[in-house]
Formats: sequence, C-alpha cells, structure tokens
Amino acid sequence: MAKRAAPEVNAGSMADIAFLLLIFFLVTTTIEKDKGILRSLPPIDDSETEPPIIKQKNLFTVLINRNNQLLVEDEQMELKDLRQAAIDFLDNGGGENADGEKCDYCRGERDPSSSDHPDKAIISMKHDRETSYEQYIEVQNELVAAYNILREREAQRLYNRSFESMLAEKEKNQFKKDDKLNEQIETIKKMFPMKLSEAEPDKN
Amino acid sequence: MSKFKNKKQGDLPAISTASLPDIVFMLLFFFMVATVMRDSSLMIENILPSADQVEKLKKDRTTFIYAGKPSSQYKQFGEEPRIQINDQFVGIEDIMPAVLQAQSELNEELQSKIVVGLKVDKETHAGLISDIKQELRKANTLKVMYITNARAEQ
Repeated sequence: MAKRAAPEVNAGSMADIAFLLLIFFLVTTTIEKDKGILRSLPPIDDSETEPPIIKQKNLFTVLINRNNQLLVEDEQMELKDLRQAAIDFLDNGGGENADGEKCDYCRGERDPSSSDHPDKAIISMKHDRETSYEQYIEVQNELVAAYNILREREAQRLYNRSFESMLAEKEKNQFKKDDKLNEQIETIKKMFPMKLSEAEPDKN
Repeated sequence: MSKFKNKKQGDLPAISTASLPDIVFMLLFFFMVATVMRDSSLMIENILPSADQVEKLKKDRTTFIYAGKPSSQYKQFGEEPRIQINDQFVGIEDIMPAVLQAQSELNEELQSKIVVGLKVDKETHAGLISDIKQELRKANTLKVMYITNARAEQ
C-alpha cells in the first residue's frame, strides 16, 4: 500500500486563536475621540444697568494684536511666560473678597498692587480680528491651564487626589449622584472661579 | 482506505478553511470598533490647532460648525475662510437657524445642554470666530468647545 497521506490539520482551535486576537485588538485600540477646550459664552445682556466698576488691580488684561504678539498688563510678553503670569495674578491674594475674607489658601506674593482675591480676579482677553485662530487657541489654552493648575493644587491639598480624577469619577458615575464628590468639586471650583472674559474685537 | 486514491502519493491535504469565517469576522469587528463615521464631507481645509488643557467631547449633545479656507476643489468659493454646517457653505446669518434646528433634533433632556463644537482651521482669523460666537449667543447656545488636537503637556 502507498505511504499514508499526512493527517488533516485540526482546525478546531482556530476559532480560539481568532477570538484571542480579536480580544487583543479590542483591548489595545483606542477610539479616536474629539477633544477640545470647553468654554461658556456670556448670555446677551440687554439690560441698561451699569456694569460694576472693577478695580484696575483686579483686572489682568491680555491683548493679542494682528501680528499675534501678546500685550499683557501693558507689557509685551512671550506666550511661554503667560501661564506663570496668570497664576501669579490669580494666586496673589493681596486683599479681601466681597465678604471681607482674606484668601487663606493663596500662596502668592500678597502684593497689594495685584489682585485682591481669586473671587475678584478677572482675566480679560481681547484680540484683533486679524489674529490667527491658532494663536487665539494657544492663549486660551494657557489661561485655562493657569486655572487648572491652581485647582489641581487645592485638590491635592484638601482631598489628597487630583482634580482631574475627581472629574473623571463624576463623569463615570453620571447616573448615580455622588453628593460628597460633587460638593468637593464645587468647593474647589469656588476657590478659583473661572472668570475669564473676552471682549469683542473692534470693528474696523 | 484513502479517499484520494487517484492522487499522487505524498500530497499534502488541503488546508482547512473552517476558520476563515472567524478571521473575517474578527477583522470586521475590529474595523467596526475602530472606525469613526464622518457624517459630512469637508469642503474646507481643516487643520486643527493643538492644546493641552483638553476635555472630552460628549458626542450625544454636540453639533458641529466648521470653518476654514475652501479646499482646492472648491476654489470657486474664493480664498477667504468660509463657514460650513452639515454639507454646505453658509453665511453668518444662517448659523442661528442651523444651530436651533440641531438643538431641536436632540433628545429632550439634552437640549438644554447642547454644546457647539467649533472645528476651525488654524489659519483662520479670529474675527470670524467672534462673529460665530456672537450668533451663538443670539441663539442662546452658550456652551462651545474649540475642538483641538490634544498634545502632551509640557
């Protein structure tokens, strides 16, 4: 009799291998998701009431001209220095807030010529119509970063965890409310309220 | 005993194709998971700026507005940055109705939480953005997200 042909390869475990690969890819692939900087616009205010007077020292002005140069507090500044300048301004705590409380968590220089309290400190940003969108986003990013860094610091100090992880946990449990966590987040947001106003560019 | 008596001896048996469906399904699942559907084709150049203080976008409550220079096949629309919503170029006065319509198409409980995602080319001038923002304020859709590429924090 002729030599026996090689036995057929058992394909029974092939499915297992396929599933193993499938699970591997499922676990390792990250789905591309849109990300961005979330901001709220101010509602349109038609009332004729006079805006409250804000002391010059509580106002941190950032101007961007049409050549994408920055003018911060009447001095020209590079983009990389903006974040620290904004932190110094917000964290200064040189005076009292509207309720007459001192800022006991600020670690700034307590310079009386800079902002009184994070409650009162307002960052005002104005750009030219010809400013590039890229530069505009860079500046927004630096200013939001200043707030995030300060909030992060307070979260570490008070609750010994990062603010980011608190927000992530809130997001994850959005269907069952965790009052304690929400309260902690609110506390930190209140310590450094995001008062970032944008003036409309001049029409020319 | 062998079924293939007429074949030459020593031939290898055919490779089983029983697992082929599994492999195909695996690939199918992989692409199903990894693919993001794009619902409108872009008529503009759209290179997003990058930022590091980014948050995730919630897709279920977002409507998009695109802006940028018309791309090379749409040169007849000129060189100036234009606004695109869904599949067409729109003027600044069309933003409010478009956004309000998108809002009315959302789930009822999400309508008040609508976020407008701005996908704007980084070469655009910021004046156009403030025009868009002014229209959004009129439409009372106050949450905007400047969509950017995430970059690692320095």
